[in-house]
Amino acid sequence: MERIEGSFYTRGIHLSGWLYILALFSILLFLVLNMGLWQHFLGFLFPKESEVIYPRADLFTLLREHVRLVFVSSTAAVAVGVGAALFVTRPFGKAFLPIVNDLSSLAQTIPPVAVLALAVPFIGFGFKPTVLALFLYSILPVLRNTISGIESISPNLIEAAFGMGMKRSQILVKVELPLAIKVIMAGIRTSVVINVGTATAGAVVGAGGFGAPIISGLVRENPAFVLEGAISAAILAFVLDQTLAKFEQSLFRG
Amino acid sequence: MIELRSVTKKYGDQAAVMDLTLTVSEGEVCILIGPSGCGKSTTIKLVNRMLEPESGEIFVNGRNVRGFKPEFLRRRIGYVIQYVGLFPHMTVSDNIAVVPKLLSWEKGRISNRVDELLHMVGLRPETYRHKYPHELSGGEAQRIGVARALASDPPVLLMDEPFGAVDPLNRESLQAEFMKIQKELQKTVLFVTHDLDEAIRLADKIALMRDGAIVQYDTPENILAHPANRFVHDFVGTDRALKRLSRYSVATIMRRAYSLSMHDYPTTVHEYLKKQPWLRFLWIVGEKGELRGWLDTRDFKEQGAEAEVITEVKDPHFGLSDDSTLRDALSRMLAEGVKVLPVLDRERRVVGEISLKDIERVTEEVTERWSE
Repeated sequence: MERIEGSFYTRGIHLSGWLYILALFSILLFLVLNMGLWQHFLGFLFPKESEVIYPRADLFTLLREHVRLVFVSSTAAVAVGVGAALFVTRPFGKAFLPIVNDLSSLAQTIPPVAVLALAVPFIGFGFKPTVLALFLYSILPVLRNTISGIESISPNLIEAAFGMGMKRSQILVKVELPLAIKVIMAGIRTSVVINVGTATAGAVVGAGGFGAPIISGLVRENPAFVLEGAISAAILAFVLDQTLAKFEQSLFRG
Repeated sequence: MIELRSVTKKYGDQAAVMDLTLTVSEGEVCILIGPSGCGKSTTIKLVNRMLEPESGEIFVNGRNVRGFKPEFLRRRIGYVIQYVGLFPHMTVSDNIAVVPKLLSWEKGRISNRVDELLHMVGLRPETYRHKYPHELSGGEAQRIGVARALASDPPVLLMDEPFGAVDPLNRESLQAEFMKIQKELQKTVLFVTHDLDEAIRLADKIALMRDGAIVQYDTPENILAHPANRFVHDFVGTDRALKRLSRYSVATIMRRAYSLSMHDYPTTVHEYLKKQPWLRFLWIVGEKGELRGWLDTRDFKEQGAEAEVITEVKDPHFGLSDDSTLRDALSRMLAEGVKVLPVLDRERRVVGEISLKDIERVTEEVTERWSE
């Protein structure tokens, strides 16, 4: 069977792609589990600091906390964002399109740190307010991309689908989602990558994660701690972005 | 059979279709035509319930369309639209298989059907099956659009300006292919166009519409010969006699052509002229029978075989195909400044010829019939 390699609609199995993702995760795990490596590296960069490794938690623990924050908030943002976008692009939800757009823009304009400050008195410190702030902050890219992905589909295609006897639900699953998935996934990737970075702010209210060494380093004027947290967060963002890219590709297999 | 009984469809206060009654007999092609906004597209969409009428009833093969769920009704009615609407994320074969899949056919039956349909619309299954729509030309995409509409072998076909977005050259061959397929399948077709020549060429019956109502419903011949009123008269235009020629294909009046290869020159010319001294033009062909030029026997007789009596054909589009209309033939003759044109097959082999006199004979017959 003939296949067009490298095309947008590429089919077939790309094992090499998944091996690449596996390699990225292995490197990430290797790095967070080898504290000695960090000791050497940061000790070399900052010879004057007496302490170069954040002492209160190892990187593996911080990774787990960080991933949990991002996973919970992003999953909720994707569910709500895609759900709301699909709702306002259905005939019965069209009326809500402007208000949903405005609300999500509003959520994006409030800085996450402000959300944290406002939320803590009501729901306490730690995990919960951080997830709330991340969730609000990351809905917009998912929602916007899903809406524009669906709306960019030519009305002729929808008419053709109706004319051939597809039901609304079949049009959504067989026509709209496959055609919009690339744009939707781009929104999800943006949202997740932003989330990984923004989640470091959670450390201010005690949510842990890679933000903890960053905040601690800033307070104690120890650049080694800041770098430890920042490098880890950057690597995590890169690995998650690549994984989502790979996942997106695999969705195009017939 | 498609039957509309006193159907009215309104958009707000504006009636798009007013109290319209129309019957399309089984196996006939009925073409709806009229100025834009006359309600022709609305009418076609009422049949498969893309739109619902305010009043009146519609029957397809004797059954009221309201008796079906819209999805089930549409799966039984072929539908072709102007912009084809092929799904860009599906291969050609998946596109054609949409309706069979909705009808839960089994895999083997679907793939056999896909190949059969590709053959029917003149595309090789091995080449096209796995292509994506963005790899197709406009004409190819529209062929797939027609194949897709025919996938479940529906008895009724709705076509909404199907060839409207295709360039003129491709449109002609699509029309010719449509006629060939229709001759074989005998579907009941309701077809919308704004191109009168297309309507005259393809229709068994033409329904000329204006302001949501049918002004005249008749065969193309009768509409051209006896326009019901001033509006129809103006719509068909003053070149009615010329338009009438679109009804005839070159194949119907083509006559035998005489051709020879340069190897046989000039002996064959003498032989031909001995038997048929009235022959005027002889076609010069190459090794595979393809057209190379022509010879005017009058010059040959006057100036002899050594003179330059052969005209070489350089234009690769010179000549007619057997599915060209007489109208095309006439227009080509005027453009080329010739009185005879060869009829060529796909490999440009000479299969016949047609002369201005032949066309005149047809127009005379037509005029006689009109004055009766």
